[in-house]
Amino acid sequence: MIFEWLHPFLIVTALVLMVIGAVRRVNLWRAGQSDQIDLIAGLMAMPGRYLHDLHDIVERDKYMSKTHAATGGGFVLSAVLIILVHLLGIDSQILAWALMASLALMFVGALFVFKRRLNPPSRISKGPWMRLPKSLLAFAGAFFVLTLPAAGVLPEGTGGVLLTLVLTGLIIWGMGELFFGMTWGGPMKHAFAGALHLAFHRRQDRFGAGRSTGLKPVDLSLAHEVGGVLGVAKPTDFKWNQLLGFDACVQCGKCEAVCPAFAAGQPLNPKKLIQDMVVGLAGGTDANYAGSAYPGKDVGNAKGGPNQIITEGLLDPETLWSCTTCRACVEECPMMIEHVDAIVDMRRYLTMEKGQTPNKGAEVLDNIIATDNPNGYAPASRTNWAADQNLPLMRDVKEAQVLFWVSDGAFDMRSQRILRAFVKLMKAANVDFAVLGDEELDCGDVARRLGDDATFQSLATRNLAVLSQYKFSKIVTTDPHAYHCLRNEYNDFGSDALNGVEVLHHTSFLNELVQQGSLKLNNFTGGKVTYHDPCYLGRYNGEYEAPRELLRSMGIEIAEMERSGFRSRCCGGGGGAPITDIPGERRIADMRMEDVNTTGAELVAVGCQQCTAMLEGVVEPRPQVKDIAEILVDQLAEELH
Amino acid sequence: MQPKQSIAATDKDVKIVSLISVGKHPQSGRVRRADQDSRAVELGMKLLDTGDSTRGDSLVVLHAGDPKEPGLRGYAGMGLNSVRVLELDPAADAVAPLGEYLQQFAPDIVLTGVRAEGGESSGMVPYQLAEKLGWPIVPRVADIISVEAGVAEVLQALPRGQRRSLKIRLPFIASIDSAAQDARQSAYGPASRAMMDIEVVDSSTDQLRESWSEAPAKKRPKRLKVIKAKTAAERFKAATAKSQGEGGKVMQNESAAEQAQAIFDLLLEEGVLR
Repeated sequence: MIFEWLHPFLIVTALVLMVIGAVRRVNLWRAGQSDQIDLIAGLMAMPGRYLHDLHDIVERDKYMSKTHAATGGGFVLSAVLIILVHLLGIDSQILAWALMASLALMFVGALFVFKRRLNPPSRISKGPWMRLPKSLLAFAGAFFVLTLPAAGVLPEGTGGVLLTLVLTGLIIWGMGELFFGMTWGGPMKHAFAGALHLAFHRRQDRFGAGRSTGLKPVDLSLAHEVGGVLGVAKPTDFKWNQLLGFDACVQCGKCEAVCPAFAAGQPLNPKKLIQDMVVGLAGGTDANYAGSAYPGKDVGNAKGGPNQIITEGLLDPETLWSCTTCRACVEECPMMIEHVDAIVDMRRYLTMEKGQTPNKGAEVLDNIIATDNPNGYAPASRTNWAADQNLPLMRDVKEAQVLFWVSDGAFDMRSQRILRAFVKLMKAANVDFAVLGDEELDCGDVARRLGDDATFQSLATRNLAVLSQYKFSKIVTTDPHAYHCLRNEYNDFGSDALNGVEVLHHTSFLNELVQQGSLKLNNFTGGKVTYHDPCYLGRYNGEYEAPRELLRSMGIEIAEMERSGFRSRCCGGGGGAPITDIPGERRIADMRMEDVNTTGAELVAVGCQQCTAMLEGVVEPRPQVKDIAEILVDQLAEELH
Repeated sequence: MQPKQSIAATDKDVKIVSLISVGKHPQSGRVRRADQDSRAVELGMKLLDTGDSTRGDSLVVLHAGDPKEPGLRGYAGMGLNSVRVLELDPAADAVAPLGEYLQQFAPDIVLTGVRAEGGESSGMVPYQLAEKLGWPIVPRVADIISVEAGVAEVLQALPRGQRRSLKIRLPFIASIDSAAQDARQSAYGPASRAMMDIEVVDSSTDQLRESWSEAPAKKRPKRLKVIKAKTAAERFKAATAKSQGEGGKVMQNESAAEQAQAIFDLLLEEGVLR
């Protein structure tokens, strides 16, 4: 082959440019805030995380996981071997054959990528991403031919000027995409940023089949500093590894496909949000974005930079307030990006610095601050619902096996029916329980999701102070939001009130009682039943089985909805979304009820008072909505004495 | 549509003072920013927001009492850089030091709430200040439409959503009705960061008040309303129509002396003056 020096020179050039790009990109991330991450341990764990945690998510789509394994694996192996064979010039037929094999693997994988891009679903981004399969084919094909002489298949020096020119062109294209583009912002950026994102992820607990869903507390001392900012105003206010996480996005749009706000036509698309964050961290506009827009908004008008306020030009605050914090996007994301964290971080700035919580937000927050409940009821009326229940108060008994966390459902007449049902079940099973009565405060869930972490922290510390006065081994609540706060978010405030205490959702607790035989149930005969997984019970806490087992113990065969379990669709009631009430084309609760209707169920079993309220808000005729405790209490077998 | 506020460019810089007190939440009794006072701050901030950066209009948010009082932070969170506090014992009489301060500071408009949410809650502060300063007082203001050539156009809130438009020469005191625009949200960051601009003042202890004991106000029993209306139209009228005052007379053409005499006679008759 002619120009012997040419291809090694090109490879070196591409690699040098790649390194320069990498340094530039790393500096963009380093503009973010510091975060306590063990860098070495993260890097060591990274391959394992790729092969297990990330691959497990990709594996949900078998086609894509096989395609990616072939293409990505083939590429990584090829890249190493190309350096050995073509750059260092190691003359080994074995290496050359290995390189050809890995290139062939990559080529086959790329063919499947190509096939998928022939008629792509609307959720995936087009634009430069449509070029990627061709670039992959060019890279794999050109290097394959280039390696033939080294493998001894073709004699050295085969081919004329034309072939060399064509090959050189393809190699420049291929390496431009795969080496240069990897660190300079092309589609292949996902490999570089994604690998490091896995290593330095802000939620290290997520790996190894772990779960980490509690929001991180805001450092409130910033409120007293001149120039301090609570929450995220500018891209550089994110932690550096959050910025890195945004860069890992592959724009597959799995998040977009499951986002309830996007489906409802509210101006939120998690994929676009992450891409806007990339625009923010790198500076520029969203003109090159080639995916679905925020519903009702045009692409191309967003402008941002690392030190520009995000909600002034880059993002409409309505986008942030459309989120129900259901975590469906996070659950689907193959790159394990944390959309909800980013959204709440930016909400924190809007609420705690700008005072711009929309619609009823300000009023609800004011109420929570003044009365410790979102509707501004007299704090002394918290136990009025139980006037006829004769509940033991912790203040009197000081000690009980179970502390029943009543939650703000105490103020709502519909939720009170759930509370009464649960109390009746506990009494039937002779559970030793007590309530806090008026000493209980709002758990802080709504305040925190609305961005008011100051109020959340105040509620959490005051609740913990009350809890620390009493002895109990379990806390049980009928509200998954309170459950999540108590279980996952109250640990950050240096209290040992919950040490050794098991926090349980009432369905888990009731299931224990039923399995132990403490509750005798008759079989349910009320027709077809489906079950709606509350986000804060399922995705936030991984409890999918206990409610189902409870239903089965009444002889119910659950008619599952297509979107159930970890893919359950939100009812629309989380994250303060009903309070901020951003207009869309449809209501999320209506869409969820359509899901219910397709199963033909006459009753939808729920484990959350918020879901109950949202689903019952759907106009009739529709299936009945009942909390599992309410269904159980109707099936309670009366004991004969 | 309410007309947009304006301070005319021809006018000199306007100095506004909003007086704030420590509020009390009606359900929990917890300290907060008082509802009407925060509306007074809101109105002050809105008047300043003319969009004309060459103007030197200013708003001073003023409190007489304890500068460490957490309730004041609620006002600061509306976006104030500082709150001016005349430091005195919260139990002391605030009118004298406030009056002296205002006399010296000479603002054009003083905005207050109608009455405080705690303490005496007599609603007398604006009147006593007006007396001390010799300024007119406009009670129960819903909005200030414009300030032009030393005259303010003010909307006064009347019962049943009615408004009365008044023109008042500066300076004046206005007490802000609950019909005025809601106060903007108070944000934690600015609330914590705002400066308390403290001025220590002499004050005299309110001797009378020391002997009082405070108790939560009880709602007076309501007289049962006998519905006489027979038709929906009558009920609608009863619910919406302006209640016509019985008696009284309209004096428009008489001389000022005659009008004053008539008011004087009425006050004597009602036992206000003795």
